[in-house]
Amino acid sequence: MAKMTLDDLRALRDAKRQELNRRKVDEKAIEVIVAMGTSGIAAGAKKTLQAFIDELNEKGIPDAVIRQAGSLGLDHAEPTVEIKMKGMPDTIYGRVTPEVVQEIVEHHIQHRQLVDKHVYDRPAPDMIKE
Amino acid sequence: MAFTNYCLVCGGTGCESSKADTIYRELKRIAEERELTEEVQIVKTGCFGFCEKGPIVKILPDESFYVAVEAGDAKDIVEEHLIKGRRVDRLLLKDEERKKHLETEDDISFYQKQMRIVLRNCGVINPDDITEYIAREGYGALEKALFEMSDDDIIEELRIAGLRGRGGAGYPTWQKWKFTRDVKDQAEQVYVVCNADEGDPGAYMDRSTLEGDPHSVIEAMTIAGYACGAREGFIYIRAEYPLAIRRLQTAMDQAREYGLLGTDILGSGFSFDLSIRLGAGAFVCGEETALLASIEGERGTPRPRPPFPAVKGLWGMPTVINNVETWANIPMIILRGGEWFARIGTNGSKGTKVFALTGKINNSGLIEVPMGTTLREIIYDIGGGIRGGKAFKAVQTGGPSGGVITAEHLDTPIDFDNLVALGSMMGSGGMIVMDEDDCIVDVTKFYLEFSVEESCGKCAPCRIGGKKMYDILNTITSGQGTMEDIDRLRKIAVSMQKASLCGLGQTAANPVLSTLTYFYDEYLAHIQDSRCPAGVCKDLVTYTILPDKCIGCTLCARRCPVPCIDGERKKLHVIDQERCIKCGQCYEACKFGAVQIA
Repeated sequence: MAKMTLDDLRALRDAKRQELNRRKVDEKAIEVIVAMGTSGIAAGAKKTLQAFIDELNEKGIPDAVIRQAGSLGLDHAEPTVEIKMKGMPDTIYGRVTPEVVQEIVEHHIQHRQLVDKHVYDRPAPDMIKE
Repeated sequence: MAFTNYCLVCGGTGCESSKADTIYRELKRIAEERELTEEVQIVKTGCFGFCEKGPIVKILPDESFYVAVEAGDAKDIVEEHLIKGRRVDRLLLKDEERKKHLETEDDISFYQKQMRIVLRNCGVINPDDITEYIAREGYGALEKALFEMSDDDIIEELRIAGLRGRGGAGYPTWQKWKFTRDVKDQAEQVYVVCNADEGDPGAYMDRSTLEGDPHSVIEAMTIAGYACGAREGFIYIRAEYPLAIRRLQTAMDQAREYGLLGTDILGSGFSFDLSIRLGAGAFVCGEETALLASIEGERGTPRPRPPFPAVKGLWGMPTVINNVETWANIPMIILRGGEWFARIGTNGSKGTKVFALTGKINNSGLIEVPMGTTLREIIYDIGGGIRGGKAFKAVQTGGPSGGVITAEHLDTPIDFDNLVALGSMMGSGGMIVMDEDDCIVDVTKFYLEFSVEESCGKCAPCRIGGKKMYDILNTITSGQGTMEDIDRLRKIAVSMQKASLCGLGQTAANPVLSTLTYFYDEYLAHIQDSRCPAGVCKDLVTYTILPDKCIGCTLCARRCPVPCIDGERKKLHVIDQERCIKCGQCYEACKFGAVQIA
């Protein structure tokens, strides 16, 4: 690495800070919990997890933290994912394939709209359009 | 590329000696085997401070805090936690009272009263990676100093902060810097020096800071170079700290590569560079004038002050010399402002202090608390109380220059001035806790022995006075002491305080004076009753077996190394006092409390 100027230092700091911030949970506005129980993994939760990482990175959403948890209990709908964020009810989505991940990030996280056909728990029925 | 999990492994000397490095390599190996290298980043960090329960492994983002990890646990951590996302409960710290696993740092009482400024990056970043330091506001203070502040501004900020030297005496840092800055125009050269010659028994604050966050010291020294007109600096560190030296060297190389050390730093036109000087481990070289002599290649002995190093130091040039912990505070003060810092702590002592908590305490380790925290909070809340439910006797602060603080003063808020008023001192921050089994005269003898061994011999009061006091203490612990000995101890102590050349000699008698004040009774017991109340001083102790309690299990006789215990199975055992070497093995062996110490 060549010697840095002031601007280089600032740019490096911003870039690295985003990366390091991923380690922290505090003050994170959005929490994505991927159920990584045995049944979840068997149903492809690892791909789902990776899709979330890629998608959130690509869309540039830094204040989201991705966590892994054990089974959420909805084994019939694996892979399952819970999203917690301000302004939205805590929502569990099921059958979350990488394609569904894109929808969740775009609609739920970015535009605050439920992805109805994949909601498996939490929001009251009247919030979901049939 | 982004990681889903981070695995921080403690890389401090304490945990390394419990095989933390093997754990680190095991984690890496298994993670590679399971093809997780893209998903999990395994980082070796600095000291977490909770050395009692090391080695420590912390998993992010869920902040699981694993204690006393062994290499064999690596498999479970990877396969259970990192792959399946299930905490490995058996590795969590257990709260015995509430029968509950404590999952994260926030749950652990050891961390609840702490406030981390100096240790802000220890256990958080990888000390071998400059970019992680930069991400945590690193070199932001240097940036601010170089481009937005004048030398006056910087010194003024330190004045507002009220930062006092953490090496022991507590001299205001801004004054040192100002003295140097004011004479820099008349000098050909100005130097900046970091005192990392940490030598108090039981103290390892500076080692851990350098191991966990070397860049904070490098950044601070560069700021001092800019403020005081120096182009060159030295870090004087003892050769016994190989890990700290290696991390420091790596950090300096990286800083140079990134243009944060060397010529024209960040294009500001200011140039500054650092080099390391290794000390051979002489305690006296922690005294600033002796340290400077040692850097010059001379024998490490002190010289009278004034002139102070700030005006006439290294090679006769003005020299800013501060201790590691002082340096580590400075980037935060520049970044957040002196007022922010001055809000923490007490009237006369601002900010936080790092202590190395050791001795008869449940949670030994490295802690950082705001000034003004009481000893009770440190010992009982953070330290978890006295080991084995024994009674607290005293805590020794300030190492061989300090004194003891007893139970009646446990609620004193700790700061520079309060500790001096109690006859002890802050010192660099070693804190050794003693319980009822420690003999205070014996402990005092230990500190004096240290001072005698480490005296450089340049001045008579310290060289002769220390030895004489040590001899007198030896007489007292062997039961030959007289009341005149106590007067002689006091006289020598006062002469040493007044006439010694350097701070170490002037304070070497402190342990004696302090224990004479608070534990006079214990000295009397040794002299008048030929009795050691704690049962430590061998010449004053006899071990006897109580006939009504001995069941004749033969354990003591088998354990006795001499052997001098007679007795048959199911019959009373007897110790032959003539041959007994008072090793205490029988006392420890007996399960029926039949061996009595008197």
